[in-house]
Amino acid sequence: MPYISNTDNERKQMLAEIGVDKFEKLVENIPQKFRENVKLQLGDAMSELEISRKISELANKNNAIVNSFLGAGIYDHFIPAAVDHIVLNPEFHTAYTPYQAEVSQGTLQYIYEYQTLICELTGMEISNAGMYDGATAAAEAILMAVRKTKKFRAVIAGTVNPDFIEVIKAYTEGIEIELITIPVKNGQVDLDILKTEMNDETACFLLQTPNYFGNIEDVFAIEKIVHATKKALFITAVDPISLSLLNAPSEYKADIVIGEGQALGNGMNFGGPLFGFLATNLKLSRSMPGRIVGATLDADGETAYALTLQAREQHIRRAKATSNICSNEALCCLAATVYMCLMGKDGMKKVAEQSATKAHYLANEIEKLDGFSRTFNVPFFKEFAINTPIPAKKIIEKLKVKNIFPGVAIGENMLLLAVTEKKRKCDLDELVKALAEVQND
Amino acid sequence: MTKTIFEKTSVGRTGFTLPQNDVDAANGIPENFKRKVDANLPEVSELDVMRHFTELGAKNHSVEKGFYPLGSCTMKYNPKLNETLVRNAGFSNIHPLQPQETVQGALEILFELQQDLAEISGLPAVTLQPVAGAHGEFAGLKIMSAYHKAKENKKTKIILPDSAHGTNPASVILAGYEVVEIASNEKGMVDIEALKNAVDEETAGFMLTNPNTLGIFETQIEEIAEIIHRVDGLMYMDGANLNALLGIVKPGEIGFDIMHFNLHKTFATPHGGGGPGSGPVGVRADLEQFLPIPQISQNNGNYFLDFGHKQTSTGKIHSFYGNFAVNVRAYIYIKMLGENGMKRVSENAIINANYILKKLEKYYDIPFNEYCMHEFVASGNWQKEENGVSTFDIAKRILDKGYHAPTVYFPLIVKEAMMIEPTETESKETLDEFIEAMIEIAKEAKENPELLKTAPLNTPVKRVDDTLAVRQLNVKFKIGN
Ligand SMILES: Cc1ncc(COP(=O)(O)O)c(C=O)c1O
Repeated sequence: MPYISNTDNERKQMLAEIGVDKFEKLVENIPQKFRENVKLQLGDAMSELEISRKISELANKNNAIVNSFLGAGIYDHFIPAAVDHIVLNPEFHTAYTPYQAEVSQGTLQYIYEYQTLICELTGMEISNAGMYDGATAAAEAILMAVRKTKKFRAVIAGTVNPDFIEVIKAYTEGIEIELITIPVKNGQVDLDILKTEMNDETACFLLQTPNYFGNIEDVFAIEKIVHATKKALFITAVDPISLSLLNAPSEYKADIVIGEGQALGNGMNFGGPLFGFLATNLKLSRSMPGRIVGATLDADGETAYALTLQAREQHIRRAKATSNICSNEALCCLAATVYMCLMGKDGMKKVAEQSATKAHYLANEIEKLDGFSRTFNVPFFKEFAINTPIPAKKIIEKLKVKNIFPGVAIGENMLLLAVTEKKRKCDLDELVKALAEVQND
Repeated sequence: MTKTIFEKTSVGRTGFTLPQNDVDAANGIPENFKRKVDANLPEVSELDVMRHFTELGAKNHSVEKGFYPLGSCTMKYNPKLNETLVRNAGFSNIHPLQPQETVQGALEILFELQQDLAEISGLPAVTLQPVAGAHGEFAGLKIMSAYHKAKENKKTKIILPDSAHGTNPASVILAGYEVVEIASNEKGMVDIEALKNAVDEETAGFMLTNPNTLGIFETQIEEIAEIIHRVDGLMYMDGANLNALLGIVKPGEIGFDIMHFNLHKTFATPHGGGGPGSGPVGVRADLEQFLPIPQISQNNGNYFLDFGHKQTSTGKIHSFYGNFAVNVRAYIYIKMLGENGMKRVSENAIINANYILKKLEKYYDIPFNEYCMHEFVASGNWQKEENGVSTFDIAKRILDKGYHAPTVYFPLIVKEAMMIEPTETESKETLDEFIEAMIEIAKEAKENPELLKTAPLNTPVKRVDDTLAVRQLNVKFKIGN
């Protein structure tokens, strides 16, 4: 039997030592009628060879080798080979939550380093050890603001990723938080309406920058509006890749910074696992969700690491916890940590710079095509929207046969295109050519 | 002590290569939106990085290093094959928004996994969207809430026993309900009288772990379900302990309406130092309409993301379709075990737990001593009273012996609790050695209690001061000092 060590003989010996003659005796207290006739129709056990064949057949039904411009939160950035070698190290891979600090220093220290890296990127003072994904991190940030301000009204930019907004709805509906969405104006949040909606009963404003459409929001103007209210906290959702080029959120006085972390060294994996990061300032630390690692000392006075501020968490506070999260996405945070170390100061900048310049090249080339134009005339980072002369869905359909995924359809005649450093000029030109031809054939 | 990666930096050193930028364009970022001060990221070589993380890894205990009897967490062996197969680019490199015709293999796996989990649980509809147990609890409670809303039931509270895991009450609050906690009876099980007293027309449901967190099967489950169903409440099973039930009973057939699975526990996906896990939820047929969107459905061999129940669904709780790569691993595991293998898993898990229980009962207090399921809870009570050492000290001494400690101080209803879960993948020799070590520790507690109080001594660091970690909060390295 795969992965079960004991032989029938050993089983017998053990049953004898327990003092029963057969296994069934151990579960006799379970009402008989529940135990009778339990069948599992799962098919026969497969061998390693058989399942390997089956799985590669299934994988081959997926088209993974394409010239893709899909983004909308999940990005195909380059991942150095060393990342996965470290992730696969069973000492990280087959450990669990570092509750026993003395035999978990490896995990604890990399989380401490992860927290430091996130703080460096965002300019914030404290990061937790990660959330389920960017969307749940956004939801938890809003819950945090509500907890802190005791106001049950949250304002959200209409330019935030709609998947985030859906998840936020699910997370805030039970606690009856009123959600206000600010309309979009030329691909950015409408500042005039934001001004009228921000009032002293507001817990927070959630902004995404670069936003869902790839556009950079006017963070400095927005900060003034948000902080003009009595209590409201300024939450920003950011693309971590952008932060080597764009303002650190601390530069525009964000109070809570969250984001989807997948782009940092994690594959796309059909959208999971992902991980969310969440960072803030020390004065909000006790309202934070999730695990946090701190440096401390051991009995010999040596530096050591341990879980800290646990009095916020479900295993201690139960119904009064700041969140229900327990298991998180630790290994994805490890991949991100290794990625940031390998790419380092210079590499992270180059990734951001190449993504942005290639995206701008592509946007310029597409604008030269008849019938195509950029939807919004505002600054963007690595993703942008275009208006299309024929329905976006039709373009996707037509380019699929050429192994090109031209982007996400975000309107009848609108496509959202993402570009990363992995794209070569020839990949970009191939898309431009295909778009040029799309009206003809 | 290992220096942080930030202390290994050397200005200008790099650990990456990238192609030359072959387009000639500006980055288009206006000056005021450009970052003012660079992030202080490491500057290290690939070898620096490999050495650093290899050194860190060596300071961890892990399943592959040694026995890991962390109760409630099911630290079983994680098959290597799964790691190889899931790294196929056909999985790792697909985008969640690519045309569905181009991800048929992925959707087929998810569809079949939904079905396999339905078969195992006896709950016919399954969502794979939740990414952890607690996330599953939240999803399940939202489904419960959607059910009551649809029926216009006025429900305000969820009942759970005091032995429940901390995530249960925390999830209840997040879902917008009040928590009503009832005391367990003298056998560590649900106290029927207390339950009856707590139940009223406003009871939305009952959350129960079965086997419960003492490793004991809740034998009165039928009566409990009847009490809850009488007020149109729903029965939620926390499936953290499903490793005891595979092929033995089906939760859907013993009174539960909703449950979550922990694929990272029962279905052998790696725990990864805290995650990623996966926490699918199964429900009875009439609750299917409330599952998060999308479901994975099938039509004549065409698999698709099904948003058909959008109007009744509780909505989305994750950006996409859950932890796909974790789900693929669980799928492979189920296929490799098949019906007989699944049943064998639970049988051996139960035998292994009872074997340790039997061998330790003379040395440690076992407050609820009867045949257990896949785990049991011992107590450090005797050692505390007789030798002045706590479960905390015992746990630290266990680390010295080369094992991970059991889950300690949980469930809360057992004083000085030590929750021991061996799992089916461990061999008799391993268990014998562990038993030996535990007996030795009981002896040390008598003869040399100081040893336990200063333990651990053989670990990468000595006893860690976690109150100092709170008092002098230091949560990021000060780079450059
Ligand atoms: C009984 C029980 N319930 C719920 C959970 C929560 O599961 P997760 O950590 O996957 O969120 C756990 C595990 O930690 C558990 O042991």
